[in-house]
Amino acid sequence: MEALKNTILEKTNKSLGVNAEDARLTLTYLSLAFIVLFIGGALGLLQGLNRAGLLELPVWLNYYQILTAHGVLLVLVFTTLFMIGYFYASLSHTLGGLLPKVRKMGWVAFGLLVTGVVFVVTTIIMGEASVMYTFYPPMQASPWFYIGLVFLVAGLWVSGIGVFINAASWKKRNRGKHLPLLSYFAVGAFVLTLLGSLGVTAEVLMLIPWAFGWTETINVMLSRTLFWSFGHTIVNVWYLVAVSAWYVTVPKIIGGRLFSDTLARLVVILSVVLNVPGGFHHQIIDPGFTQGLKFMHVFMSLSIALPSLMTAFFMFAVFERAGRKKGAKGLLGWFKKLPWNDVRFLAPMIAMIAFIPAGAGGIAQTNNQLNQVVHNSLWVVGHFHLTLGTTVVLTFFGVMYWLIPYLTKREMTTKINRLGIIQTIVWAVGMLFMSGAMHWVGVLGSPRRTSYTTYGDNATALGWDPYLFFLAIGGSLLFLGVILMVYIVFNLMFFAPKGNTAFPIAEPEDNASVTPRWTERWGLWVIVAIAVISMGYVIPLVDLILNAPPGSPPFKTW
Amino acid sequence: MKMHRFEEIWLVIGVGVLILSMVVTGYQTFAMEMGPPSNMETIDPQKVDETAPFDEPGVYKTGENEYEVVMTLQIFSFTPNNIEVPVGSKVTFTMTSKDVIHGFQIAGTNANAMVVPGHIQKITETFNEPGEYLVLCNEYCGAGHQAMATTITVK
Repeated sequence: MEALKNTILEKTNKSLGVNAEDARLTLTYLSLAFIVLFIGGALGLLQGLNRAGLLELPVWLNYYQILTAHGVLLVLVFTTLFMIGYFYASLSHTLGGLLPKVRKMGWVAFGLLVTGVVFVVTTIIMGEASVMYTFYPPMQASPWFYIGLVFLVAGLWVSGIGVFINAASWKKRNRGKHLPLLSYFAVGAFVLTLLGSLGVTAEVLMLIPWAFGWTETINVMLSRTLFWSFGHTIVNVWYLVAVSAWYVTVPKIIGGRLFSDTLARLVVILSVVLNVPGGFHHQIIDPGFTQGLKFMHVFMSLSIALPSLMTAFFMFAVFERAGRKKGAKGLLGWFKKLPWNDVRFLAPMIAMIAFIPAGAGGIAQTNNQLNQVVHNSLWVVGHFHLTLGTTVVLTFFGVMYWLIPYLTKREMTTKINRLGIIQTIVWAVGMLFMSGAMHWVGVLGSPRRTSYTTYGDNATALGWDPYLFFLAIGGSLLFLGVILMVYIVFNLMFFAPKGNTAFPIAEPEDNASVTPRWTERWGLWVIVAIAVISMGYVIPLVDLILNAPPGSPPFKTW
Repeated sequence: MKMHRFEEIWLVIGVGVLILSMVVTGYQTFAMEMGPPSNMETIDPQKVDETAPFDEPGVYKTGENEYEVVMTLQIFSFTPNNIEVPVGSKVTFTMTSKDVIHGFQIAGTNANAMVVPGHIQKITETFNEPGEYLVLCNEYCGAGHQAMATTITVK
């Protein structure tokens, strides 16, 4: 009886479209996300122009202040808001509506995140926290900055636990069935978020008493190492969010099928299990770790490439099959059959193409000696503007074209589609200029996180200026892209014509094999993940604690 | 789980490239001594000025064409600065920070190391080309970070 009731519930949900209360939750998240994108993007433009020597900032606005705000708002806040909004809508759609309890948790998480952002942004504006997204001690920000971070992490946890509760409840109601793939991605992404945030939580809990002056010194290397167990994992979480849209929604949009449900789930499991120790490659030229340990971590970092290689195969298999079904001939004829003039496909497609050089660059720079060439240079900034700024963000943009009309019961017009294509091209060209220039000048030695300088008209530094000029051109185009996107999002939200938009969920192939049961054994995968994290971190952490030098007192150097 | 034949080939090639890159990295690290700077010594970050060798920073000749530069990094300078060494010198930099985390990078070379308070970092570079090399801090260290630079003149 219960099961029947639930089936009916799910059927109604699917035919009537989204539950209004669930839609309101996600729309609130997404609205704030795109306001944050606008502010963060504007700050990025100022930086780009300043860095190229084209714009002198007023005295009351410091380069490092806006760089900190840009990083925190775009790497942490925009992405978090998007992830929660998108996955809660996914749960609502694929699991037959959010549980009332979980919807409430979604609002609580929103409150926590907003509180965290207010603390963090206020301290940055007051000039009390120009410490970058990485906040390495012994540089010390206001304690309220760190407390804001605690709220942000708490928001992530509450929303994650909400996802687990909703998934578990669905499983109980649907014994023997596999969790729908998109919800499966949501569970995986939040498990990874929780695992990745353990280290940074420990770090921040050490920083707060130090920032209040209750403890005198801080263990600098321990803090740095704990930070990176989070700092890199979280960007891989954003990547996993983008990947979920590739696997589940893109095949449907292009008229194809899910290539392999099992493979998709395996990619989620591998991404969760292998990811956290990858952060260590940010510390390849640090003191305090042996070369042997660093070499072991090359293996741990490179292993993250494995699920991405699988994804590349999966997606191209989907494209080829969809193209051939439409009558494509020859080896590459399917390529032309793809819906290039549909922005819902074009945006994620360019996102995927960007990941080819982005992923290759990542593999290169995680090998120790190559890392030494580019560490802390603008190359790295170019790298994550390709991975995060293009692959992840363009996919997020691509999702907006159907998710917002789906939630607001509207339809995207051909005009918005055309504008979206322009937006996508502006973004791609802007990134080509900016990220390309950053990569190149980074190899020449130009450092990241540095305001405009010629180091006293040093000839080497002057030679970097032409590249920085291209960086500024790219940055300006990207801000144009931000303006277009924010316009598109709010147009879709409030002005697009009423109508019906489907939530695209790809169907499995007709002859698809049965997904094995082991994909549902999350208890096991968490244990394996913890084992892998221990492999990567027990030795260095124990060493950093037991053989620690005397700690460092605080410094405010800005 | 059954994999597509092409997928197996693709993954074998992909993983092969990853393993090859590890072999090259490992060979360079352990056989050619090109590994990244990884010194394990520590120091009291509040007593750098009183601790040898940093109580006397400077350029020291340690052998024929070999030098050691004992260097402290602090906001926003390197001590000693504007160093001069002869062409062909093999120079080992022994460094620590007196305050926050700094970076030590010689532009146009592969010399690049993090200098963390409480830790002593070492990196060696051989200068075969004459000229003026730009040394800069590549880790954000505060309001004057963009001014933290010096030179090494090789003649």
